Amino acid sequence: MGNTQIEFRNVSFRYQEDMPWVLKDVSFTIYNNEWVAMIGHNGSGKSTIAKLMNGLLFPQEGEILVDGQPVTASTVWDIRRKVGMVFQNPDNQFVGTTVRDDVAFGMENHGMARDLMLERITESLEAVGMNGYERHEPHRLSGGQKQRVAIASVLAVSPQYIILDEATAMLDPKGRKEIMETIREVQSARDLSLITITHDLLEVTQADRVIVMNKGEIWMEGTPRELFAKKEQLIEIGLDTPFVSKLADELKDAGLPLTREPLNHQELLEELWTFHSTR
Amino acid sequence: MSNSMIIGQYIPGDSFVHRLDPRSKIAIIFFFVIIVFFANSVMSYGLLALFAIGSAATSRIPLSYIMKGLKPVWFLVIFTFLLHLIVTKQGEVLVSILGWEIYEEGLIQGAAISLRFFLLIMVTSLLTFTTTPIEITDAIEELLGPLKKVNFPVHELALMMSISLRFIPTLMQETEKISKAQASRGVDFRTGSFKDRVKAVIPLLVPLFVSAFKRAEELAMAMEARGYQGGEGRTKLRELHLGKTDVYLYILFILLVIGLFLTRS
Repeated sequence: MGNTQIEFRNVSFRYQEDMPWVLKDVSFTIYNNEWVAMIGHNGSGKSTIAKLMNGLLFPQEGEILVDGQPVTASTVWDIRRKVGMVFQNPDNQFVGTTVRDDVAFGMENHGMARDLMLERITESLEAVGMNGYERHEPHRLSGGQKQRVAIASVLAVSPQYIILDEATAMLDPKGRKEIMETIREVQSARDLSLITITHDLLEVTQADRVIVMNKGEIWMEGTPRELFAKKEQLIEIGLDTPFVSKLADELKDAGLPLTREPLNHQELLEELWTFHSTR
Repeated sequence: MSNSMIIGQYIPGDSFVHRLDPRSKIAIIFFFVIIVFFANSVMSYGLLALFAIGSAATSRIPLSYIMKGLKPVWFLVIFTFLLHLIVTKQGEVLVSILGWEIYEEGLIQGAAISLRFFLLIMVTSLLTFTTTPIEITDAIEELLGPLKKVNFPVHELALMMSISLRFIPTLMQETEKISKAQASRGVDFRTGSFKDRVKAVIPLLVPLFVSAFKRAEELAMAMEARGYQGGEGRTKLRELHLGKTDVYLYILFILLVIGLFLTRS
């Protein structure tokens, strides 16, 4: 995998000396071109991880390496160019007075030439399906549209990693779907790693790998399928399982031999009709 | 609260005045404000009025808007007019009403001062009618540029202005939401004595301020995450261009100044 990865080495973090540790001895690696979902209950430390990756916070113990470069006060501006971040609140991260100004904001900060900015604005707005909205002011956009603009602004700087820190949490189901589709497209079209932080297990199903956080520690690391096999324990640490997963359980209890853990409706449907036709 | 959230008074258009570089507009208005005070003859006032009316006409801003812009200053204009009429005691007595004598000079001075007021308001409101607030912000940043040398935070000031502009509609929506939420909890904004209504605003303001501070904090973090580190080494997407139209304006204005000094008495 070479050097293109984010690596956490025994990272511990707390906000203040006299406060409890938010992260306790956390180690993991995020590889190139990978989609990693990070889930956990409120206060499990998942948002802190996002801020540590971007150099918005620094750990008290341990080390964070982005492409082999440690995240410190002197490297933080390089790191922020490589690691883009989309936050939860669509309104509070919209800096520009119009869509194109907002997309340009990050590029302006990095001192890019104007011609390149104009090119990248068109490109990244197209990537998120927001072309034609260049001159729109934020109050004329829906929450989902604002978040798509936020993704476009991150894409414009062409980072290697994009962190979505509960980027869909404040959206309605329609907006949520929009964003999930957008990031899926973006990830398949570009050479980048995605780190989605969420407590919505439905979002997790699309990721390559899941890291489950609980009380500041890594509780589990694995594929979504492996994760949903541990339903009882998930519920124990306060995470809900998706509807399909619950339905599959009920079906198993009712005596239907499902061969694998279905992740979505499509997979469950396939299980059911193969079962039906082989009976 | 109205749904039309037009910030400022900008009226979209594509006239000569709209297309001018906002820096030119601000500079010309600045000098216009100065030269207005040099006018002292009918001809010189006529020239200034011609310039103001001419710009208003080429801007294609409906006259009704310009008149509306003058509304808040009517009182001031009439007040100063009357003051001059009463206080000035020079020239011939024109009429005498109830023992008060109105002098010729008083009438002339009153009229001149009122005209000055009108011209100033007209020209400055033309700026806000034909220039978007963000253009004005950019122009101010550029015009104040030299002050960076004395460590005046020009970039920060401009950024503050543009962020304020961006958040006006957001905070207005929020105000509306909070006022509805509080109304549903029994806060009465519309009836009662003045004191009661002022008191009713408190449950509106407190949550608004709390959320504004929270927004500010989150925005600061988002800006930092996107690599914001002050004005140093920053490039700009929005550019201002001085064009031919600006040169015409300057020539016209220089002619106006020359004309003004020739026609002074």
